[in-house]
Amino acid sequence: MTLSTTRRPRRVAAAMVATVLCVGLSACADDSDDPIADSSDSSPSTSGSASPDSADSGTKLSGTLSGVGASSQGSAMEAWIAAFNEKYPDATINYEPTGSGAGREQFAAGAVKFAGSDAALSEEETTKAKSVCGDIVQVPLYVSPIAIAFNLPGITSLQLKAETIAKIFDGKITSWDDEAIKADNPDADLPGSDITPVHRSDKSGTTENFTDYLKGAAADSWSYDVSGDWPASGGEAAQGTSGVIAAIKSAEGGIGYADASQASGLGLVKVGVGSAFVEPSADAAAKILASSERAAGQGDASYAYELDRKTEDSGTYPVVLVTYSLACTQYASQGDVDLVKAFLSFIVSEEGQQIAEENAGSAPLSAEERDLFQAAIDKISLKS
Amino acid sequence: MSVDVGLPPAPPPAPPKAQKAVVRPGDRIFFGASVGAGITILIVLAGVALFLFIEAWPAITADSSELPNQESLVKYIAPLAFGTVLGATIAVIIAAPMAIAIALYITHYAPPRLAGVLGLAIDLLAAVPSIVYGLWGIFVLAPHSVALSRWLEGNLGFLPFFDGPPSATGRTMLVVGIVLAVMILPVITAVSREVFKQTPQLHQEAALALGATRWEMIRMTVLPFGRSGVISGAMLGLGRALGETMAVAIVLSTADVVSFDLISSQNSGTIAANIALDFPESSGVKVNALIASGLVLFAITLAVNMVARAIINRRREFSGAN
Amino acid sequence: MTSPPNPPPPNPPSAQPRYPVRVDLPAHANGGPNGDTPDYPGDPISEPYATLTAVAPAPELPSVPMTAERLPRWAGWAVPLGFTLGGLLALPSGISPGLVLPVVMIVSAAFIYLWSRSVEGARYALDRLVTAIVTSAFLIAMIPLVSVTWTVVDRGTGRFDWDFFSESMRGIVGAGGGGYHAITGTLIVTALACVISIPIGLLCAIYLVEYGKDNRLSRWLTFFVDVMAGIPSIVAGLFAYALFVHISGPGVRMGIVGAVALSVLMIPVLVRATVEMLKIVPNELREASLALGVPTWRTIAKIVIPTSLGGIAASVTLAVARIIGETAPLLITLGITTGTNFNPFSERMATLPVFAYTQNQTPGIARNGMGPPGFDRAWTAALILIMIVMALNLLGRLIARLFAPKTGR
Repeated sequence: MTLSTTRRPRRVAAAMVATVLCVGLSACADDSDDPIADSSDSSPSTSGSASPDSADSGTKLSGTLSGVGASSQGSAMEAWIAAFNEKYPDATINYEPTGSGAGREQFAAGAVKFAGSDAALSEEETTKAKSVCGDIVQVPLYVSPIAIAFNLPGITSLQLKAETIAKIFDGKITSWDDEAIKADNPDADLPGSDITPVHRSDKSGTTENFTDYLKGAAADSWSYDVSGDWPASGGEAAQGTSGVIAAIKSAEGGIGYADASQASGLGLVKVGVGSAFVEPSADAAAKILASSERAAGQGDASYAYELDRKTEDSGTYPVVLVTYSLACTQYASQGDVDLVKAFLSFIVSEEGQQIAEENAGSAPLSAEERDLFQAAIDKISLKS
Repeated sequence: MSVDVGLPPAPPPAPPKAQKAVVRPGDRIFFGASVGAGITILIVLAGVALFLFIEAWPAITADSSELPNQESLVKYIAPLAFGTVLGATIAVIIAAPMAIAIALYITHYAPPRLAGVLGLAIDLLAAVPSIVYGLWGIFVLAPHSVALSRWLEGNLGFLPFFDGPPSATGRTMLVVGIVLAVMILPVITAVSREVFKQTPQLHQEAALALGATRWEMIRMTVLPFGRSGVISGAMLGLGRALGETMAVAIVLSTADVVSFDLISSQNSGTIAANIALDFPESSGVKVNALIASGLVLFAITLAVNMVARAIINRRREFSGAN
Repeated sequence: MTSPPNPPPPNPPSAQPRYPVRVDLPAHANGGPNGDTPDYPGDPISEPYATLTAVAPAPELPSVPMTAERLPRWAGWAVPLGFTLGGLLALPSGISPGLVLPVVMIVSAAFIYLWSRSVEGARYALDRLVTAIVTSAFLIAMIPLVSVTWTVVDRGTGRFDWDFFSESMRGIVGAGGGGYHAITGTLIVTALACVISIPIGLLCAIYLVEYGKDNRLSRWLTFFVDVMAGIPSIVAGLFAYALFVHISGPGVRMGIVGAVALSVLMIPVLVRATVEMLKIVPNELREASLALGVPTWRTIAKIVIPTSLGGIAASVTLAVARIIGETAPLLITLGITTGTNFNPFSERMATLPVFAYTQNQTPGIARNGMGPPGFDRAWTAALILIMIVMALNLLGRLIARLFAPKTGR
């Protein structure tokens, strides 16, 4: 027994060392093998020389752009970067999904050129960012439904009102055959088992948006503040979206909230909106911006929203996560201006929104919103 | 401050040696470099403490409304410190007896030819990266622990440790304790093995010659001899368990409580895991508060390691084993 | 922390007798008939007893047996084996395998205790019980090792293919891609950590062994190196991050920052192991060299270090094994990126542990009935990591064994 466990790694390791050496020899060739890359101009240019207006024809955009921020849009960002790289093979975009807080802080300190955040900049952060940025561009380019998923064998869908959801996550409703749940689901064969509510153990924008929904839509039953840290006591805590999903899957009777794209294979809650119940879907989530108001007292290029969680419009799914893309209106180098402008314009374009929907299950922005945000992005210019 | 750094030709009180005091430049350079390396290490250690303190200071002086729990720093860190110590203590309680038994097995029971290989197998447990233990804990161990938790609640529920209600997913302090125990087992085993090996052969043979069975021989010679070594090994393991980050962060279901209940989903977090979980999303004073908790962790591990080392050193002086 | 590799001890534990010497105490002399054949054929102890019995007629104690009755030799392994087989036979009936193992262990231990007690008496029964407990403890400790290895191999082989070693994640959405960028990143950062740690660690060890003798600085240094070995890895990461924030501004992410964090963890391991290695260089060699008028530093450089080179190499290997799997400090100092970055002095760099962590955190979307592609990549990265660390551990021990200096003791 012991011998087999110790020998095997050694043998495989030897093969692996050989592998790494081989790879090392062909190293440089490997990384630039994007399909369109090799045909293009391969001489290193120091800064971008094409303006985004001539984007499709010009593949000369180059340089490195690094951003930090929300992990919620990580999958979408990967897809955007991949597609952007196909267009501009010489440009490198990094996005590090460490978290919204890190994104806002580093953006406000001028450490990164763009950032993603699940919450709008605070006043203090805005002031700080303005000192390095001129004005700020703050546009919600990623809107994604948060699914409330559960694990009950044989049940794939339940209808729950916001009040009921709040009580479940607050530990007030503890059994699946509670009257409040039965009332909305007369046909479901509900077991008498205990409810195990699962929430995030790490600080997250998903939690912030979810508690914002509970506070907005069920203020009577939800007494806690909006917070990235789960504010209530009780329930199970798990790390990250994948941790929450794994916890729900492993506990019969579990219920939790997570990005809808990750919730496949679990039962999904249809959320009560007005008198109807709405399933989490990209289309229903997309309508939230239209029914919400732009927060007051912002700069021209800043579109922070007060999301209308209480909406009565039966086509809208109100449990959504909104991720803002943050950028400066003024950069010191033309290269940065071109890159940021081109990249954000790509994200806001119909193509970019479609890519995100396909790869991350997000809600595509409507044409009017896209025009609105494109206008904000166009304000990015060289610092004079 | 004058510290005797031990430059070979330096000490004047030995006149006969003064003849040798021809200091060549090579010696100077070499000696200087090695002293410099030693001092660098001390500076780095001091730097770690100093930096943590500087970065923690804003949180210590901050207004209570800016802190993560909006009350006080002590109230914020206390449950975390409690969880840290609790998890590590469970780990040591599980791992220490196991480690002693394993060390005895390797040194006194296993066929001598196999002993080296068996020791290596235990050491390989230390080679598994902590992230792997975290993934293993959550995907393999936690689901298997649910039945155990339910049994403990049913049969030992009168103890505060097994009060329940048991977690349905197994993300409990008990599982964290077991994962940590596996991680520190090689540490304690390695130290115990070394001291057991050093038990004077004469003592052992004398016991056997008097007719002792193998266990009586071990009880009379090996265990008393190795006691302080085992204690310090356990302390080292404790130190390691206190600072473990990723495995705890992945496994534990935390809440803002102080609870001895090991099988429910309401557990105190640990300092290291809390830093890993909240650092990315924190900003402003909240980062300083996290670093302040890191300072507390540093102080706890420092104290534990110092005690461990002090025990080892005392033993070194009095045992006569060398 | 693993134990410093030791050369084969001069007095291997095998010197002890294979079984306890049996002396028959009167209280237990209630066994079988006199003149029993020895349980252990060829037992060197039994022979003199036999002669003793023959030459000393001692009429007043004719029936005192000189050897007590023992369990048959096969009892030690046959009993647990028997119960294990019984346990295996019980498996199909639906009993959980997790339950069978402890039950088999407890039942075997209890059986052999009672059997031995009835035949051999309480003292030997206790001895056998302890043997059973100690052996069981070892076997139980093997469970997590086997389980971890099995889990990682089982889940990690899914993406253990050529692509994983040749492709980065640049431009990859969904399935595909690989960990090439993370493997190179890990190698670069680890190499850099070695470049920082090895000179400092080696020189410090040389100071402690060759110059410091037992003065105050060396005692403090030894103590604080040991204390430093206990620094939590995340604290080391915070330290390195803050250090470079003061140098390069906020939000700094570079290979060198991670290397510094790893060095803080690596140096104490290296110093402790190297000190042990230098200590076993025979003093005669040093004295011979010094007596020939060779300066101290040349003695160290030409005699001490070459003699212990194998041990030092082993120490380095083990220290590398200690740090290469660290996740937490790299997460906050290096970050993650999708492309390959060969320059540790600018921009983010992917490393295997962080790659495994982030792939598990953002696994992507499940498609076509397959699970999220990130999980497979995370497990494969974990598999590669575990293979590297275990290989390094074995390599370190091998070097230590092959090149161990002859101590002459």
